[in-house]
Amino acid sequence: MTDPWTLKASEISESVSRSRREFLRSLTGAACYRSSFSISVPPSTPGSHSPKRRAIVVTFGGGCRDEETFMPQGQQNIPHLLKELLPQGTFFTRVENRGILGHYVATASLATGVYETFDNFASVPPQSPTVFEYFRRDLRRPSSDAWVVAPSNGFNRIGSSDARSFGPGYGAHVVLPKRFLKQALASRTTGDYARLLQDNYETPLFIPQIEGSRISLHEFAELLNLSVKDFVTHALTLSSPDELSLYVAKRLMRRYAPHLLWITLHDMDIAHAGCYSLYIEAIQRTDRLCREIWRTIQSEPEYAGKTALFILPDFGRDSDGSVGGNGFQHHRTGDALSRTTWLLALGPGIHENSVVDRPVEPLDIVPTLGALLGFDPRMARGKPLSELL
Amino acid sequence: MQLPIQVKHFKGYPPEARHVATSHIELLRKLPAAFTPLLLQQVQEYDWRFPAERRDIDRQLTFLESLSDADRRRLFTGFEQLQLPAHLMDVKWASSPVEFSEQLANYLWPTGQIDAFHEASSTYLKAVFAAMPNQPPAAPRLGIAVIGKGVERNSYPLFRKFRTHGMHFTDVNPAHGLKTLLAHVADRAAAHPSSFDHWYIDGGHAEPVSNPFLTNISYSGLEPNRLALLRKINRAIHNGIAGPKALLSLLHKLQPEEIGFDTAGQNGAIVSHFATSLLTSGSGTQIFSTSFVQWTTRELWRRAQPLTILARFAPRQRQRPMNELLSGDEQTVEMDAPGSLIDADMGSFYMWLDQQRLSGAEEASFLIWFEDHHEAFVVSPSLPRNTESNSRVDMHWLLAQTG
Repeated sequence: MTDPWTLKASEISESVSRSRREFLRSLTGAACYRSSFSISVPPSTPGSHSPKRRAIVVTFGGGCRDEETFMPQGQQNIPHLLKELLPQGTFFTRVENRGILGHYVATASLATGVYETFDNFASVPPQSPTVFEYFRRDLRRPSSDAWVVAPSNGFNRIGSSDARSFGPGYGAHVVLPKRFLKQALASRTTGDYARLLQDNYETPLFIPQIEGSRISLHEFAELLNLSVKDFVTHALTLSSPDELSLYVAKRLMRRYAPHLLWITLHDMDIAHAGCYSLYIEAIQRTDRLCREIWRTIQSEPEYAGKTALFILPDFGRDSDGSVGGNGFQHHRTGDALSRTTWLLALGPGIHENSVVDRPVEPLDIVPTLGALLGFDPRMARGKPLSELL
Repeated sequence: MQLPIQVKHFKGYPPEARHVATSHIELLRKLPAAFTPLLLQQVQEYDWRFPAERRDIDRQLTFLESLSDADRRRLFTGFEQLQLPAHLMDVKWASSPVEFSEQLANYLWPTGQIDAFHEASSTYLKAVFAAMPNQPPAAPRLGIAVIGKGVERNSYPLFRKFRTHGMHFTDVNPAHGLKTLLAHVADRAAAHPSSFDHWYIDGGHAEPVSNPFLTNISYSGLEPNRLALLRKINRAIHNGIAGPKALLSLLHKLQPEEIGFDTAGQNGAIVSHFATSLLTSGSGTQIFSTSFVQWTTRELWRRAQPLTILARFAPRQRQRPMNELLSGDEQTVEMDAPGSLIDADMGSFYMWLDQQRLSGAEEASFLIWFEDHHEAFVVSPSLPRNTESNSRVDMHWLLAQTG
């Protein structure tokens, strides 16, 4: 048996990519070469971005591993991604994250196109301009046109940077649904809210106070065009914080139809508690929610046929073979498997049923969005993904 | 760069740790600043360390003493090349090396030096093991995992990750299974009587078993300590502790007595410090018994390097969905037996992987049994791999295959 820890990082990363490719081949019964695999959806001409074009980015702020997703034993956990979404999109098998493997800082890096270096647990804005600031500033878009729906307090500052010439005036609205739920429930005297509202599965016993700009509960309800009572009533029907995030995102889509929407899902980060069954359940839920997001896009007139959807974990999780880690539980070792993940892109002009094996980086998302929507992410370090343009 | 180490720096260390540190003070003064606190982190706890850990610390110090200055410099090139900020040297690296190591990691990640650090550490450890290899164990190691307590029917495919490594048994007579296993580990403890070489871990209430060399930890037995820890954490948060890192730092500094452990006697002190570390360093161990058992086996193999571990996973508390949490009904804690079986199946695999990392892995055996059911799996040098047996066997027969 080949021992993966004795291989060099790049070889492991390539091997991960290869296993994904092989699996996709077995799934579809065909070779995964783009030229023979694509169907005839004409790609858009570079630079031919339409002002009507929209983009939604879905990240998993709790990485997942191939073993629980794309490897044969894991495929049962992601039926919707595999059978419904993959055939409609372009799949990048090898996304290598070379930054810090903490969820807030990694998601901020995704949103800026620069590997951010701040303390993952600090309540600070990104240092480089975010995709929302480029988008709003260059295209002169109103604040209602860029939104972030995020799971925890730690993400409160992700909507805008402290970079000169940019900043909150060009940033996105950041909505933290769990916080509003807590406010709405403040009058209740019973209920295990503390565990519901645990902010970060990495430090599950700690619930930080929110910092930065706040929206009041009633402002929030007004934004969503529903009463606080209806918000709570609906929350009572949902089984997880990610389902609540999706509910809020759908309300935002219907009310404002933002051109740029960023949703960070977080349920699968329960893996930090060390319970494999809970991690698997969360992957299955995330798979279902991704399908729901795609179907919502198809059903909303403002989005159907105009929207590119990007789905990617922010990074992986530690391999079973990494001595310094504890397998799926954490992402602390920085080993190749914890750094290697994937990206699925769907939407008009994006090749269907297509697989890309070359290594790319999460930093490439922002320049790609820039090329699709028509703004210039001048300080981002990544490169546009040519396969999507 | 080296640290300006003086005897006074070890004033707060417990007696044996202080003796080890001061005996090697000249050596410590010659080691790179990025490395020395990491070694001191091991030395500082010397009094509460398992015998295997003490041997490991002694081995490192002996090896480093044996090197010429030039060879030592060559060995530590990777550590010397790390660029560290001056403020890191202000940390209390002698009295609080854990804090130093946390701040070091916090600096290495954003500055892109974490891979170089891992490389330097790996180079160092390889050199130590090459010069002074691990001794083979006194007897082949045996790991036993008992999973699925309380599960009546199961459709989850068990032992999938083990399949290529041993033999799957589908018709095990479950009668007296647990009793037989407990008697077997007690017999092993009697045959190889040595402190901390034999362990029985239970995710629920421990079964009665008696042998002075079979150490026992149960999740139920630690309940008063877990609750005391949670109260302490809640109090710290209520008092406005600065953030997750400050909380972790508080946990690392926690002494067993502060959460109700009895530290009388040297062995008692070692077990109490170990159990405290399970609750303060393990993620999820304070809440979920399956996480506790898996983490305990990991830490035991890594630190105590015992000959025997019997780990029995028990149902953990159910993770309530959001709508239930919101409903406001204060319910009694429910157990999730089916989910715990899945946790335990994976936890057993990790237990085996950690066992495989120790010396004598080729001779070691591992047995995993679905409690009160007919399924078991055995990895043993005497059994073929990737095979299945439908023959009727009992627990005595399975144990005989483990050598």
